[in-house]
Amino acid sequence: MKELTYHRATDAAAAVALVADDPDARFLGGGTNLVDHLKLGVARPGTLVDVSRLPLDTVEELPGGGLRVGAAVRNSDLAAHPAVRRGFPAVARALLAGASGQIRHQATTAGNLLQRTRCVYFQDVTTACNKREPGTGCSALEGYGRYNAILGASEACVTTHPSDLAVALTALDAAVVVLGPDGERRVPMTELHRLPGHHPEHDTVLRHGDLITAVELPGSAVAPASTYAKARDRASYAFALVSVAAALDLDGDVVRDVRLAWGGVAHRPWRAYVAEEALRGAVLTEDSARAAASAELAAAVTTDQTAYKVAMVRNLTAHTLLRLAGGAR
Amino acid sequence: MDADIALTVDGERCAVTVDTRTTLLDALRERLGVTQPKKGCDHGQCGSCTVLLDGRRHLTCLALAVAHDGAEIVTAGGLASPDGDLHPVQQAFLDHDGYQCGYCTPGQVCSAVGVLDELRAGHPSLVTDDLAAEDPDGDDEIRERMSGNLCRCGAYAGILAAVRQAGQQTTDREVRA
Repeated sequence: MKELTYHRATDAAAAVALVADDPDARFLGGGTNLVDHLKLGVARPGTLVDVSRLPLDTVEELPGGGLRVGAAVRNSDLAAHPAVRRGFPAVARALLAGASGQIRHQATTAGNLLQRTRCVYFQDVTTACNKREPGTGCSALEGYGRYNAILGASEACVTTHPSDLAVALTALDAAVVVLGPDGERRVPMTELHRLPGHHPEHDTVLRHGDLITAVELPGSAVAPASTYAKARDRASYAFALVSVAAALDLDGDVVRDVRLAWGGVAHRPWRAYVAEEALRGAVLTEDSARAAASAELAAAVTTDQTAYKVAMVRNLTAHTLLRLAGGAR
Repeated sequence: MDADIALTVDGERCAVTVDTRTTLLDALRERLGVTQPKKGCDHGQCGSCTVLLDGRRHLTCLALAVAHDGAEIVTAGGLASPDGDLHPVQQAFLDHDGYQCGYCTPGQVCSAVGVLDELRAGHPSLVTDDLAAEDPDGDDEIRERMSGNLCRCGAYAGILAAVRQAGQQTTDREVRA
């Protein structure tokens, strides 16, 4: 690990200026992912600007039933917050499906969204990886690939985004509030993360020095009837093979409104607009749910190692919607 | 770059100068000689470096010491009462053969103390059916909440029984108090 200069920020604008003016500087939040990357040599900043003690650690209820979540709110606190449990259960369940109890106490809301892929080649500095070292190639194309993407990937990168929280926020039309060198702006969650294209080294549309200060969740008719389901290799404390965030508003057995996002299938949380459109106004049955997921998955590109994900995400989507319709989580 | 930090560890205030790259785990073990937190995987995957940090269970291998200046840390070695009586979680591990090889034990014990606090506070877990429930309970809740602490001796059955017993005892004690 190279020499590190450490600053503890007491003011968000000053923190932004410090990082924006130094190409070698990085923000430090909870550090559960960044500190690991420092040890592995995946991240090599010369300066860390610690933003974890900025006064961005509150959850405020907004007019219209929405929530504003400070960037430094810890994952465990957000999952336990009564307004999240009551009004945005998909968010609570996604957080509780991620990491371990210890890590959730340390990890922050913004850091969770900005965590980097767990692709084994990205994390192994002895291998080629376009996301870690642009232009070196992608070892995952021909290597260990069962975690790879099936939607939206490119020849440059086939990895997936690891956050559970980001998938739930994508389904619920959340936005991040970003403070940059030129001031504040809002970025919808559906636009925050990028598909890899020719530049997989950029996970998001944020620029160097941009600091996420909050996440805003709008109130909606569907959010209280939402949930998150995650399929993985062991029952707990593992990244998703695939995951589903779903929110459902039924009129009898007809779908009045629905939100669907998938994790584990793409370089970003995958908002399943095609499936949503297929379901809106339809009678919800196992067949209609599976057909809607299949319509979204028509664009999937798979290998021998990832073919299972198509069936898995279709089944998990149908299962999750039917459970929601039945009133269960 | 060096930084001067202060930590309170098991009730004792310690001042130490650390390189900013030093993890909390290495500061505790290598600089302060506090060896209860164990270095297992050193990548946040095994839980053996768990302590109670500012009252909550926390990994020390993924935390930079400099970022935790001023923290109050309780390790498994600081849980017993000053006259030597074991903490109910420690006693329960003894009663149920939860210690086995012991390398993961300090992290398991600290995590269990945190788990019982989180259960008492009514915080949900992944397996809590009703997110509005105020008193999550049962073996599945304990299993899920302890899943960040790995043991390959196969002590899980004893640890589960120990956490269950300690939870019962501390609840009884609160009721009596």
